[in-house]
Amino acid sequence: MKIRLLINGRDQEIETDPQTPLLWVIRDILDLKGTKFGCGKAACGACTIHVDGQAVRSCSYPVQLAAGKAITTIEGLGTPEAPHPVQEAWIEEIVPQCGYCQPGFMMAAAALLEKTPAPTDAEIDAGITNICRCGTYYRMRKAIHRAAELKAPVLPEEAEAIAIQDNSDNS
Amino acid sequence: MKGKAKKISRRKFVVRSLLGGGGILLGTVILARNPLRRALYGVLENPKNLTYLGDISDPMLWFEIRPELPIILHSPKVEMGQGTFTGMVQLAADELEVRPDQILIKHAESASGNIDGLSTGGSTSIAGFWQPLRELSATLREMLRTEAGKKLGVATADIRLEEGVASAGLKSLPYGQIAQGVTEWEIPETPALKEIKDYKFIGKPVPRVDLEAKVMGEPIFGMDAVLPGMLYGAVVQPDKVGVVFGGAEITQAEKMPGVVKVVVEDDFVGVVANSYTEAEAAKAAIKVDWKREREWTTADIKSAIQIGKGDKMLIQKEGRPGGILEDAKDDSSLITATYSSPLGAHAQLEPNGAVASVEGGKATVILSTQVVKLTRKEVADRLGFKEEDVNIVPTYLGGGFGRRLHTPNAVHAAVLSRAVGKPVKCFLNRKEEFQKDTFRPPTQHQLSAKLSEAGSIEAIEHQFASSDVMFNAALLPGFLSTIVGSDIGTMRGGRIQYSGIPNYRAISWHCELPFATSWWRSLGLLANTFAIESFMDELAVAAGKDPIAFHLDHIADNEEGKRLKNVITAVRDLAAFRDSARDGRAMGFACSTDAGTPVAMVAEVRMEGKEIRVDKAWMAIDPGFAVNPDQVRAQCEGCIIMGISAAMYEEMRVEDSELKPIIYGPYRMAQMKHSPKEIEVEIINGTGKPGAVGEPPLGPVGAAIANAVFRLTGQRLREMPLARG
Repeated sequence: MKIRLLINGRDQEIETDPQTPLLWVIRDILDLKGTKFGCGKAACGACTIHVDGQAVRSCSYPVQLAAGKAITTIEGLGTPEAPHPVQEAWIEEIVPQCGYCQPGFMMAAAALLEKTPAPTDAEIDAGITNICRCGTYYRMRKAIHRAAELKAPVLPEEAEAIAIQDNSDNS
Repeated sequence: MKGKAKKISRRKFVVRSLLGGGGILLGTVILARNPLRRALYGVLENPKNLTYLGDISDPMLWFEIRPELPIILHSPKVEMGQGTFTGMVQLAADELEVRPDQILIKHAESASGNIDGLSTGGSTSIAGFWQPLRELSATLREMLRTEAGKKLGVATADIRLEEGVASAGLKSLPYGQIAQGVTEWEIPETPALKEIKDYKFIGKPVPRVDLEAKVMGEPIFGMDAVLPGMLYGAVVQPDKVGVVFGGAEITQAEKMPGVVKVVVEDDFVGVVANSYTEAEAAKAAIKVDWKREREWTTADIKSAIQIGKGDKMLIQKEGRPGGILEDAKDDSSLITATYSSPLGAHAQLEPNGAVASVEGGKATVILSTQVVKLTRKEVADRLGFKEEDVNIVPTYLGGGFGRRLHTPNAVHAAVLSRAVGKPVKCFLNRKEEFQKDTFRPPTQHQLSAKLSEAGSIEAIEHQFASSDVMFNAALLPGFLSTIVGSDIGTMRGGRIQYSGIPNYRAISWHCELPFATSWWRSLGLLANTFAIESFMDELAVAAGKDPIAFHLDHIADNEEGKRLKNVITAVRDLAAFRDSARDGRAMGFACSTDAGTPVAMVAEVRMEGKEIRVDKAWMAIDPGFAVNPDQVRAQCEGCIIMGISAAMYEEMRVEDSELKPIIYGPYRMAQMKHSPKEIEVEIINGTGKPGAVGEPPLGPVGAAIANAVFRLTGQRLREMPLARG
């Protein structure tokens, strides 16, 4: 069956069994390897991506459900030149060890921050349920708080200052 | 350890000019006997008759200088998360006079000759590279200086080297240009190394060299490998333990969609298909007759691992502990306790798999492996190839922890590729990953002691039972087991490290299980330290002493003892340790010395309903010298959290001969909510020379938590997992 997918802003048509988990379409048909296979049962979160902005464990998500929806993978989250605030914070805190689970965590964290822009520790505990074997949770928590700061809208007085500067540039 | 380090002699360097003088390859033969000695540290005082397992004739480290940057460093060790690559780049950059980002470190393919027969593991990589990599880098630097002098027409002494450029006055040449056209290189005497205080990168918190790749999700792992025209394979694995292959029914699988071929070779049954999902579906349709001789249950496993069963070995003895403890039993002054730890899984996130291409009598296998040389041998043996016709291409590991010291997955992919004449990728699914793991062995520990009237230890004994760690691993040659006589892996942390005790002994019991148990990060250290340090805490309580004071009373004043005391007092002060509960919280202390690295830890716990929560952890470590303090800290944080996971939650069971659980979740592991909110680490550079870091911090975790729980609730937890649900 032919299915149209909007992946990282690109329109793609693929042909596969509609029940195929989205993970394998992403990894093996579209050759985007940043989304990882960990368990195949939605238990570890290594395959987390965004579908219409929601965090989804793609190993257990049939590709047909994604038809026509906006899919974002780690490759679409940010680039080395323009990293997502979560990626920027992950670099500042030097989070990864082996690194395998990290894209799934960053996708889960980015989705959390969309819903909860300044999460408390308890909200991070409840919202981030992926598995990391190297035990990088301690740095991840710091990085999520840092990403929240980086992502925060500029303070009103700063916004005003920027506006004044913009006006003076225009004059 | 002491005295001036022996320099590598000139003849041990190998130099090759790139074709047409386009650059230089400079390598060194290193790692002769020391890493193996270190692996045996504390177990064998005088390892005799041990020979290096690698290829002496080939260089172990290669620099490759091409006209353009970066300089390539080919590493025989793999990066499995411990930051080894970053440390290696730091060691090289400072002596080579380049920036870390001017070096690209790569996993050496076995075809390049860089085969390390010792595996990556045992926390030995940076310690092993400390001297040879800096010497190799310094030698290459001086060779470049000499050639730069010739090319620029100035005296060698006037050449200044900085950030990969040689300059003299206004003239300058980048390293890549210096190497151009040079066909004859002269290798100088090994130059003197810089002093540590003069290093710009060594000893500094340099960011990981793989940071960007890992944050951007680049395809760096074995699972991400792709070859043109690649198909997907799956290999049938038995659900149950102790079974024998009795034949397979494959006709239904052969008709399944996408199936290219069902491959049966003796007891190997696999399928090749056009996609992963098709291969898995076809595998599920294969019916294998597994013949069982008997049933196995968790109770059978427990009764197999018992003190008094299996092979007994005395590993440490002083005085007459047996007699004194026997007498103490009679006069009721004996203090005794039994501890245990369960069967544990590696549960690393990247499954074991491989991409293999077998064609025209040659094989290439791309995979995550800790044992490049052994993987090559196993593939070559199975295919009937010469080892040099098999190229193993190691990748970044999605977690190692000892799980990738066994790589039958490489053989599976190679057999399937040969059968279909195309490249094949195949890997274990998560159920198979849990069931075919080479588990952390279950253990049982019996501790006995008698205190003197003054409250110090008069006699102590540690007896422990475990199944294999090392000798089913095929990692070390058979002769080693005959020298050692027992399983040295299980002994890590099993000896009594305290002094001033007139009578002590440690006895190991080596037991058998019907499935493989093997290396799991730190081997026996976690379980042995849990038992010994919990017992030390019980003795301190019995003696009416503060546990830290009690420890300090039993540590020698020699160099090792001083280093251990230093980490203990450091963590005591860092945590402001107190021996009693307050405001619903309590602290627990434990320490260990593993592979020459002393570590001390304090954990603070509280109860949330019936759940133990570790809110804070403090750790002090003396790795000798921290090449990268940030990554030493990261290893401590990671070990604390992995230790919480293993000590509090993880446990495999055997039901109806089947190993369970088969998935994360039911296999309980630490998650974000279980991680301490605060972790403080103090690093002490006690010797000026790097030692082990990747495993030693695991030692005290279980005991520190259990000792804290005792102070909070009065309950002694003597069985791991501590939070058995």
